[in-house]
Amino acid sequence: MDRYDNVLNSDEKAAFGLRDLYRSYGYRPYKMSKFEEYDLYVRNKDFLVSDNVITFTDTNGRLMALKPDVTLSIIKNGKDAAGTVEKVYYNENVYRISKGTHSYKEIMQVGLECIGDVDDYRILEVLTLAAESLKQISDESVLDLSHLGIVSEVLEASGLSDGGKKEVLTFLGEKNLHGAMEICEKEGVCGEFSDAIKTLITTYGDPRTVLPVLRSMGIGKKSLAQLESLVLALTEGGIDTVRIDFSVINDMRYYNGIVFRGFVKGIPTGILSGGQYDKMMKKLGRKSRAIGFAVYLDLLQQLQNSEEYDVDTVLLYDDTDTPSQIAAALKTLQKTGTVTALRNPPSLKYKSLITVKEAANLG
Amino acid sequence: MDKMLNVALPTGRLGEKVYGMFEAAGFECPSIKENNRKLIFENPEKGVRYFWVKPSDVAIYVERGAADVGVAGKDILLEYRPEIYELLDLKIGKCRMAVAAKSDFRDDPNRTLKVATKFSNIALDYYTSLGRDIDVIHLNGSIEIAPILGLSDVIVDIVETGTTLKENKLEVIETIVPISARLIANKAGFKFKNAMIQAVMNGLAKQTEESK
Repeated sequence: MDRYDNVLNSDEKAAFGLRDLYRSYGYRPYKMSKFEEYDLYVRNKDFLVSDNVITFTDTNGRLMALKPDVTLSIIKNGKDAAGTVEKVYYNENVYRISKGTHSYKEIMQVGLECIGDVDDYRILEVLTLAAESLKQISDESVLDLSHLGIVSEVLEASGLSDGGKKEVLTFLGEKNLHGAMEICEKEGVCGEFSDAIKTLITTYGDPRTVLPVLRSMGIGKKSLAQLESLVLALTEGGIDTVRIDFSVINDMRYYNGIVFRGFVKGIPTGILSGGQYDKMMKKLGRKSRAIGFAVYLDLLQQLQNSEEYDVDTVLLYDDTDTPSQIAAALKTLQKTGTVTALRNPPSLKYKSLITVKEAANLG
Repeated sequence: MDKMLNVALPTGRLGEKVYGMFEAAGFECPSIKENNRKLIFENPEKGVRYFWVKPSDVAIYVERGAADVGVAGKDILLEYRPEIYELLDLKIGKCRMAVAAKSDFRDDPNRTLKVATKFSNIALDYYTSLGRDIDVIHLNGSIEIAPILGLSDVIVDIVETGTTLKENKLEVIETIVPISARLIANKAGFKFKNAMIQAVMNGLAKQTEESK
């Protein structure tokens, strides 16, 4: 791929690298149509990042949508078979409303899904691939890991009302301790459980320092044991970018267990998002378990430095140069970089400017 | 540039107070006190860079990563719902978001309520939670005159002392939410400059505890 290094954009380069990585772990490419019946998205609106979808009526009168999401299509089109695991990766464009501009945007997304008998090894494999994906994109990355089992056990035990739980969950996502404590106080949550909520909001960072704090909380022991063994296995596998962060709160109506988000230095928002979505599978009538993630490649543009020059060399010609002389000079200069032949001095930015006669003397 | 902690401060009196808190927390930047029109100040020794921005823009700078942390009013956070972490209630710049109307206002639930405000989302959220149908009239300033001229039935606005309302013969009929200044952080910045952000947070938290 070195030959094309100068030609490919950072998102294209990343897409190739990631596909190669997923393939090496036995994931198969999954290609799908650009359209899907709108009905699928209406029924599962909350699973989507944004609920606005571009729709059109097909020639047979069916209402179709330009895909705003890939996971739903993969779940819908798969079949349950006991004892098997379906491992697929995709590289697709999806169409969503961009938060900043409030208009539709085409977003290039690479991701993978692991559907079937998902055990702890499969979860470890997906987490490893998420961490490796981030490392491929940037030298400095962080994979934030959370366990919704721990979060929901703390919330259940707290005795908060449904409305209170929803608010505390939002505050957890914002790391908003003062807001959460206000609700706990208002609803009379006892000290032990408001302390547990406080722990979830304030603990962040290296698992070696965070895990002992979580252990002392004494709630969600089974989920914590799973989180600990996964973190240990990741560390043993040489992955040191994992951080524990309970502010990763994917929608609990669809997600359960391990959820995660990835960040790379230089991009202000999360670039990778994923988790276990067994609840979503159940909702769509599937018996299997599932875990997956997506990498938002459109964000990579922010890491790309703009090029300093439009072209390396400008080759100037006039009426005394024949077309074959110009072509020969251009071919020689192409060995050193990009060249454009022009009759008049250009307004574009270039490194060097040379006439056809000067080029002939060089050759 | 990358290693410094970028801090967006709101211009005005509140911003000066906030800078005072950062200074007391050990992140001083003496050049900020020089009387000039510069907007960016840095102290490489402390690894911190401050810049003054319009209060309503602080959240944008932080959300987009131009600033790692900043201080914004809860009103702005509720209205624009930026994707940020809200780390601390600084307990300064206290006021409240309230519904105000003319003193002789009588609410008729049979009619759609006309609400003039700068904070359309907050007004909508509040009245939706009450199950009340409203007509939001988005204004950018001088909200207080809307009920007087019959443009709206009520207004939703920030009330600090209530003097402006009183002078325009309006009164608060409901408090929606108390407002104060909040320390906010960019999500990625929080990961990559965590030690420094935690230090800032602890230094500021100490002061808010003391002022209790």
